Amino acid sequence: MSRILTMARAGREALDWEMERRDEIFVLGEDVYNFGGIFGTADGFGAKYGPERVINTPISETGFIGMAAGAAMAGMHPVIDLAYIDFIGVCYNVLLNTASKTHYMSAGQVKVPMTLMIGTGGGYNNAAQHSQCLHATVAHIPGVKVVYPSNAYDAKGMMHSALRDPNFVIYLTHKGTAGVGWMGTPLKTTLSEVPEEPYTVPFGKIAITREGSDITLIGLGMSVHECLKAADELAKDGISAQVVDLRSLAPLDRDGIFAAVKKTGRMIVTDEDYLSYGVSGEVIASVVERDPTVLRAAPVRICTPDIPIPFARSMEQAILPLAAKIADAARKMVK
Amino acid sequence: MPLSPELRRNMYRQMVRSRAFDDAMIGLYWVGKTPIFAFANGPLPGELHCSNGAEPVGAGVCAALDADDMITADHRPHHVAIARGVDLNAMTAELLGKKTGLSQGKGGHMHIYDTRVNFASSGIIAEGMGPAAGMALARRLQKRPGVALTFLGDGAANQGAFHEVLNLVGVMKLPFIAVVQDNEWGVSTSKKESTAVARNSDRASAYGMAGEYVDSNDADDIYLAAERALARARSGGGGTILELRTARLAGHFMGDQQAYIPEQMKQIDPNPLYRAKLIREGVLSEAEAAAIDAAATAEVAEAMRLAQEAPYPDPSEAFDHVFAGADA
Repeated sequence: MSRILTMARAGREALDWEMERRDEIFVLGEDVYNFGGIFGTADGFGAKYGPERVINTPISETGFIGMAAGAAMAGMHPVIDLAYIDFIGVCYNVLLNTASKTHYMSAGQVKVPMTLMIGTGGGYNNAAQHSQCLHATVAHIPGVKVVYPSNAYDAKGMMHSALRDPNFVIYLTHKGTAGVGWMGTPLKTTLSEVPEEPYTVPFGKIAITREGSDITLIGLGMSVHECLKAADELAKDGISAQVVDLRSLAPLDRDGIFAAVKKTGRMIVTDEDYLSYGVSGEVIASVVERDPTVLRAAPVRICTPDIPIPFARSMEQAILPLAAKIADAARKMVK
Repeated sequence: MPLSPELRRNMYRQMVRSRAFDDAMIGLYWVGKTPIFAFANGPLPGELHCSNGAEPVGAGVCAALDADDMITADHRPHHVAIARGVDLNAMTAELLGKKTGLSQGKGGHMHIYDTRVNFASSGIIAEGMGPAAGMALARRLQKRPGVALTFLGDGAANQGAFHEVLNLVGVMKLPFIAVVQDNEWGVSTSKKESTAVARNSDRASAYGMAGEYVDSNDADDIYLAAERALARARSGGGGTILELRTARLAGHFMGDQQAYIPEQMKQIDPNPLYRAKLIREGVLSEAEAAAIDAAATAEVAEAMRLAQEAPYPDPSEAFDHVFAGADA
């Protein structure tokens, strides 16, 4: 049986299923016991699993994420709710130097299976310290897997995969896609049919979210949905746009990206993270390094510019990589 | 366990094994690094932070541990690792970057892992705090025994991780001991210059845990204090900041001339003092002490010979172990 679920409910279902069966999984973070985490991923878990397995922490990200790494080294699989990726500054050392490098530095003696759930992104007027994406900042670290589902089906399958992975996995969700109440009505394209039974979605494989033949629009997280909106607009002009959801940043499906772009010969990469030194450049590199002749036009990037995210709606909406911008760029490229 | 003659002889043995190891490493370190000093030169490259002077800390604390207990150490891990029983041959090979090393040449001297004896270390200051507390939490959740200890310097007690984790340990009443090694220096900055209180053990009151300071750098005193902290942890009494005055006789790292240390702050070598004490108290004869010294030197020489003869890892191995396999 399948039902239509939001991403938050789908991810929660996977976590619940795994926790019911595996004693080594426990949840910790700020407000996980009473709130079920800021996105409801552990909603109701406090009552169900008790304070031993759903551990409310003080506001000490360096401390409790460092502890999670140690618990993982000692045979547990912690699941951490870090709420907003803007907060990685206060715990970055654990990500950068401990969780990501211990397996390597011990030549495989010590494994660090832990899942760090983080919300990303803006578009809801929360300004420069609560609206960032920063996924490139974590995907840059060797030894970390970074996944980024953009719909409920992938949210559940990737959560199962993360919880069964013997490595440190950062599981990102764009806040605007999660389907939690305070973000308003969930976007239709984030909802999907979700089977009740468990299933995994492998890391390192793109998804072709919409077939098309004239141009390839590539996105991740929220920008996938902007690409889909743009593709709807372009269809009205007779332009057939293929939409690619990266889904996983580390590992990155370079073969899949290349094949998708080769099919249309045109590419636009959209990313709500900052333009420079980020995913958009990496995606383009994975095409042009292999064979630049597959491109019939210079690649274009529609990303958040290299400025702090402004508060006022007029400014924030203007800098986000929204559908209208993507569609305009596509029309120019195809013309 | 009481302070038996056998236990004291064993602590002395661990102290001289550690010293023999560091002295051998210092000897090798300078090969290829004179007249021009550069970290990368010679058969023992990189930074090298030796434990000379801190041996009583490793010997005294580790003598009080059970096999279930867990350790995270810092960038100066040799004395703790050796006293804990980390494989000396594999550790020696690791320092030389050999395939037969604990981490097959991927770690080096700051990153010593030996899961056989629950030992790990990190080169980032105070970064052992969170993982050690997490190991203690894991054992609680697994309903298995074991106290987690992290060894760090007094300079590390000013890191945010130190304070965040102590608060968590206090809240959760975890079986955890922060072994603060007060060697008076954080690289070239003195404790007086850097730390608002004279004793970090006094900070324990802020975290609802016990604090104890041992002023002697004597293995007997350290052992007894460690036993008190361990008993507290094992009986559900929570964490301890165990601060131990010790010494840093070989500088922050090799190449540190320690010109910044004034004459009146020169530190005393604890090893000959402990040796003399055990002889004076009839625990060891001069001949027995000499035999322990000689055995340690021979053991390290053999480890060094094996390590020097061992192959370097193939360059292609750099790509192994980035991730654990799905079937692992």
